[in-house]
Amino acid sequence: METSIRSSIFTPEHETLRASVRAFVERELAPHAEEWETAGDFPDWVFTKLGDAGYIGLAYPEEVGGQGGDYISTLVLKEEMARCGSGGVGMAVAVQSDMATPPILKFGTDAQIDEYLRPAIKGTKIACLGITEPGAGSDVANIQTLAVRDGGDWVINGRKTFITNGVRAHFCTLVARTNKPAGHHGFSLFLVPTDTPGWTVTKRLDKLGMHSSDTGEIAIDDLRLPGDALLGVEGEGFAQIMWELQGERLVGVAGSIAGSQLLFERCLQYAKDRHAFGKPIGKNQAISHRLATMATEIEAARQMIYEAAWRFGNGEYPVKEISMAKLYGGIVASRVANEAMQIFGGAAYTMDLPIQRAWRDSRLIRIGGGTDEVMREVISKLMGL
Amino acid sequence: MDDERWDLFTEDHVAFRDSVRQFIQKEVAPHIEEWERAHDFPRDLYVRFGELGLLGLKYEETYGGTGPDYIADAIVNEELAQCGAGGVAAGIGGHKDLGSLYIYRFGTEEQRQRWLVPSIRGEVIGALGVTEPGTGSDVANIQTKAARDGDHFVLSGQKAFITNGSKADYVVVAARTGGEGYGGISLIVVEKDTPGFTTNRMRTVGWWTSHTAELFFDDCRVPVQNLLGPENEGFVCIMKNFQWERLVMALAGVAAAQKTLETAIAYAKDREAFGRPVAKFQVWRHRFADLETEIAAARALTYHALRKLAAGEDALREVSMAKWLATELDWKVADEAVQVHGGYGYMMEFGVQRAWRDARLGPIGGGTTEIMKEIIAKTYGL
Repeated sequence: METSIRSSIFTPEHETLRASVRAFVERELAPHAEEWETAGDFPDWVFTKLGDAGYIGLAYPEEVGGQGGDYISTLVLKEEMARCGSGGVGMAVAVQSDMATPPILKFGTDAQIDEYLRPAIKGTKIACLGITEPGAGSDVANIQTLAVRDGGDWVINGRKTFITNGVRAHFCTLVARTNKPAGHHGFSLFLVPTDTPGWTVTKRLDKLGMHSSDTGEIAIDDLRLPGDALLGVEGEGFAQIMWELQGERLVGVAGSIAGSQLLFERCLQYAKDRHAFGKPIGKNQAISHRLATMATEIEAARQMIYEAAWRFGNGEYPVKEISMAKLYGGIVASRVANEAMQIFGGAAYTMDLPIQRAWRDSRLIRIGGGTDEVMREVISKLMGL
Repeated sequence: MDDERWDLFTEDHVAFRDSVRQFIQKEVAPHIEEWERAHDFPRDLYVRFGELGLLGLKYEETYGGTGPDYIADAIVNEELAQCGAGGVAAGIGGHKDLGSLYIYRFGTEEQRQRWLVPSIRGEVIGALGVTEPGTGSDVANIQTKAARDGDHFVLSGQKAFITNGSKADYVVVAARTGGEGYGGISLIVVEKDTPGFTTNRMRTVGWWTSHTAELFFDDCRVPVQNLLGPENEGFVCIMKNFQWERLVMALAGVAAAQKTLETAIAYAKDREAFGRPVAKFQVWRHRFADLETEIAAARALTYHALRKLAAGEDALREVSMAKWLATELDWKVADEAVQVHGGYGYMMEFGVQRAWRDARLGPIGGGTTEIMKEIIAKTYGL
């Protein structure tokens, strides 16, 4: 029998979920956005409240405390979190749900799942992901943090930086070198409780945007872990973290483009309300065609993200498609925010309106999780170039 | 819900695409250079498309069709766009997606039997005549008149830029039967040898193998039975069909861009400079990655519009978006392809100059980029 086409990637169940997440975000989070941005922080109850609502574990199986939903349901969360008005909150939650914890489900033992994943899904333990170092960003193979065996233990030394949730996290999913000369097979993942002696947050980094999120610089000095702190297979950390990075890039850009959509809608309203030279500014083609361009590029980016998410959720590993979605979506998000600054004019440049915040926050996607230039390297390699 | 799918293409579609590709590569692509030199391609090609069932994918078996399957039809447009000449795609498309589609969509049973059935076999060729020297996307301003005289319409006026115009056996002509504005326009089928109807083929920058023509109507008498669709409702018909026409242009834009990029990359891998292939320079690797990315974006958007149309939803905004993004991109990719070819890119013996000339029409034909943005802005209440 001929099947008919469904035009949306989302089912009615996803739309029901979207409605409840949206109501939650608008009721519980959005009213605090200004306060949290000014404070440069948001309270830990955000994690527990989201956990209580089941939102952190949307796509995790029920056996580990999740909701048993599909990958598309976590996409719904990322899109709706953009409505909270503070990019840092969405990013912190994405680290919790889609960056630091998926490797535990995929590679972790039952004990590790009980100790870290279940409480992370509840929001009672906050997670961070320790990859980047002062001298190694996307060049993961150059990571210098070293873990050596000492009897049955591991002893770790090194430095990590730009760690989202790094200041407040209860545990870290850490990447370290376990075998110096072994190249890509010389890395392993560890689950590190942050109250372990030898773990020091040396700095809370001051950032251009994402103000409500805490970004830590970490010193690791003679930190001793028991043998069972190893996550997954020794020596396979590089491959494991490369897999994680795909999910990170996808949810990162999904959140960014959802933010672009909201910003576009604000611009549209402003273009209708704001009068200059006797008519709404949106009646000028210079503005209306610009809005049409923004809308087109946002839709293209969104559909690219949906296609990549569809495949990722179906168990494929579409590295090229995810890299392309992140590259294109990041550039679009950044451009849309800059256009919004122009459409809002002088008002946009004041700190009274949140346009400048969207402009600052959106700039990160072209850097974090792998820069545009690194995406182009990945894509061109996969094109055989 | 189980009989609904989000994936556009079924396994059957994938196999179908393979067979269309083989046909295009075997029976069309090898003749492109020769046809370009002749500024024409043989009428037999329509018959061949007809024999293979490629002109009837939108229609039921009653008319000799092999559908309806709009997704399969879209595949034909994608594959055709990769044949190496925009003119062949335009010549087939002007018949398949314009002339004959109008007969199906707005024609009576009798009209369908008369023009659609032989069109599906490729035995007669159709065209659509809307644009005039002074009226492009501003369809409501059409000046060609069709005055009623007993059981005939008498047409007088002129059309311009009509694809297949000087080759077609029939042209679906938009003419003014009523008052001014969009409410006075009707569609009338004019056959090739009707007295008072003459054509003049125009010289074009690209699309050399297709016939682009001016049409002249000088007291041209056409029986009232040739009225297609309700009198004075031609504007609405044209607007309805624009969605498919523009979607097809978006599909072709994406497919052509992909083909052009492949050609450019193949050349860059082969050509050495400063002791290594041009493709190994980071500036070109990254530029190719950007183009590949933008093609993927345009394709995702175009498929989104196709999904909406195939699901029977309104897709005015999405089709308009896809049309401008994909055709502008095809042009950009072609320009970059000329660039990577260097001096050879500027030589007529290389196919890349043709891609460059052919692609330039995309952002103009079927409604310019500027018109698309006007439409998009209007859908947002601007």
